Amino acid sequence: MTKITSLADLRRIKSDVEVKMNLRERSESPESMVQIRVAMATCGIASGAKIVMDYLVNELDKRSIPAVVTQTGCMGYCYAEPTIEVTRPGQQPIVFGYVDSKKADQIIEKYIKNGELLDGIIPVNYENIEGK
Amino acid sequence: MTQYKMHLLVCGGTGCRASESELLFQNLKHEILNKGLENDVQVITTGCFGFCEKGPIVKVMPDNTFYTQVKPEDAIEIVAEHVIKGRKVHRLLYINPETEQHVSDSKHMGFYRKQLRIALRNCGFIDPENIEEYISRDGYAALAKCLTEMTPAQVIEEMKKSGLRGRGGGGFPTGLKWEITSKSQADQKYVVCNADEGDPGAFMDRSILEGDPHSVIEAMAICGYCIGADKGVVYIRAEYPLAVERLKIAMKQASEYGLLGKDIFGTGFNFEIDIRYGAGAFVCGEETALIHSMEGLRGEPTIKPPFPSVSGYLQKPTNVNNVETFANVPVIINKGAEWFASIGSEKSKGTKVFALAGKINNVGLIEVPMGTTLRDIIFEIGGGIKDGKKFKAVQTGGPSGGCLTEKHLDIQIDFDSLTAAGSMMGSGGMIVMDEDDCMVSIAKFYLDFTVEESCGKCAPCRIGNKRLNEMLEKICEGKGTMHDLDLLRNLSHVVKDTSLCGLGQTSPNPVLSTMDNFMDEYLAHVVDHKCPSGQCKALLQYIIEPENCVGCTACARNCPVNAIAGERKGVHVIDQETCIKCGACLEKCKFNAVFIK
Repeated sequence: MTKITSLADLRRIKSDVEVKMNLRERSESPESMVQIRVAMATCGIASGAKIVMDYLVNELDKRSIPAVVTQTGCMGYCYAEPTIEVTRPGQQPIVFGYVDSKKADQIIEKYIKNGELLDGIIPVNYENIEGK
Repeated sequence: MTQYKMHLLVCGGTGCRASESELLFQNLKHEILNKGLENDVQVITTGCFGFCEKGPIVKVMPDNTFYTQVKPEDAIEIVAEHVIKGRKVHRLLYINPETEQHVSDSKHMGFYRKQLRIALRNCGFIDPENIEEYISRDGYAALAKCLTEMTPAQVIEEMKKSGLRGRGGGGFPTGLKWEITSKSQADQKYVVCNADEGDPGAFMDRSILEGDPHSVIEAMAICGYCIGADKGVVYIRAEYPLAVERLKIAMKQASEYGLLGKDIFGTGFNFEIDIRYGAGAFVCGEETALIHSMEGLRGEPTIKPPFPSVSGYLQKPTNVNNVETFANVPVIINKGAEWFASIGSEKSKGTKVFALAGKINNVGLIEVPMGTTLRDIIFEIGGGIKDGKKFKAVQTGGPSGGCLTEKHLDIQIDFDSLTAAGSMMGSGGMIVMDEDDCMVSIAKFYLDFTVEESCGKCAPCRIGNKRLNEMLEKICEGKGTMHDLDLLRNLSHVVKDTSLCGLGQTSPNPVLSTMDNFMDEYLAHVVDHKCPSGQCKALLQYIIEPENCVGCTACARNCPVNAIAGERKGVHVIDQETCIKCGACLEKCKFNAVFIK
């Protein structure tokens, strides 16, 4: 095993394991970063939600955008699967439907990075008990 | 590298392992493999989450789901429901005792809301057997910073500015201790980590070593750099096998990475760590006794001075610090003394870990800023008293401390306020008592412990504590007199004032503080020959209510000492002289005729 002989060595190890630890680090303070929930019920998975989730996790990391990606159950928009719910810090969640990798790319570039809205938003038709 | 989408953190602390968390961990791993999810989901063992009351704990990241009392067979459901379908397993979620509602994640649990985790920062978050996870949390960065950018004097100055005080009980300023040892001249010096945690009910040191052993190793090396020592020794109880094992793994990993051993960070600084096992004697937590035990001698204290900082292990200058104290050190170096000093109360900086035990809902390990009130700790974090009973007292500082009552609930806890209130910080054990506890018996319980643990070297502690214990026993039996109460108080002061070491100097504290706060209970025992909470067996009377007795003879037949007389179908009577108060009659009576007075 290579010995650690400097602070730079420590930092190198740190960045190597960072990818792995980020998942845990970030979920300590999810309010401060973009939170994405991917609907992963049977309908969602059948329409490709798993591919979208993989894409989101990998791309957000590649583009160095701190975000928490979690899976959730059926949101009820089975007609529009795969659906994802994106919450920017301090804002109301927005649900996007018919998300594939291409759409996910647009969501990252436009909405997550700049807050620009784009087509395919599903109006939220319920209230969350958490806010009550 | 595989990028996991979900982490399942399984508590691997001793408490949870006792409830089969190891098997649970294996089952989860197995299920994940079975479903072909090994590239998406990682299962990790961590150190203690602190919420031992409801163990074993499984925490799911990134959504912070907090599952409690998980059984090995629940693994299948967690994987099938939560991991695959994204539906939380409702029945395993923590239930808020006040609202009786399921709490979906740890962010909304009262237990964690008021806590601030510095010493426990990595416990329940990283895999303690993986040095890389520690490094990713800025591990060993403090050591690197000290060795490459700071002089020993600067590090000591930083420690002094931080206001960190010894967490083992004494509250001596850590920076000052390091400075004194650094000034001693000798060819060899030692850093000793005191992991001889002996207070009944306290287990923070064990949890730190089990959950984050690298933080202690790193801090010992920093201390070694400051005082000019190249050898460290951890003195740990042999009855902490898991902590020992994790510490050994951590030491091996640190050596492999060159973070222990020769020429650390290429600075020419050498540091090695050894382990010495203690046999579990309470007195060996006292630093001079600890040092003698390490040398292979009897674990007996000696008079200070000379202090260990001048002549300690093998007569060389030795710096002894406790586990929790060390665990704070790397954070102070990384974040700066000002940051640390901004937390806590005026004279006690930072946080303190407390072990909550006794009649409290959330038994477990918590860490709060110094200056938090007892009320917050017991009622907010601890979730209040079990079974809706009334709070009576809390014993802080273990057998050396005292009890605090209702009127002390709003005290802001720190080293000095606890001492002022007649108790002490100790190592942070908190045993909560409710209305059913007899305070005379509690004092006796602690005295039983000190009598057992006294090393016997000095007379006040060896004989005095024994006599105190006998007097308490007499009072519990209802044979005490008013004169005994005076004697009890006087002798307590004598033992306190004349004992050789901290053990004897503090052992009468439970007696004195219960006398100060609960004199009425002592008087009830002595004057009325009654135990108000019905705990002292000798003061109870089993009586048969003539109106309810049908003369079935069940009680008389089951009485082991033939204390019950009476004709068949006639009223029975218990002879109080012969009765040994075993309770067999009460258990056997089907007509509610036997009761306790």
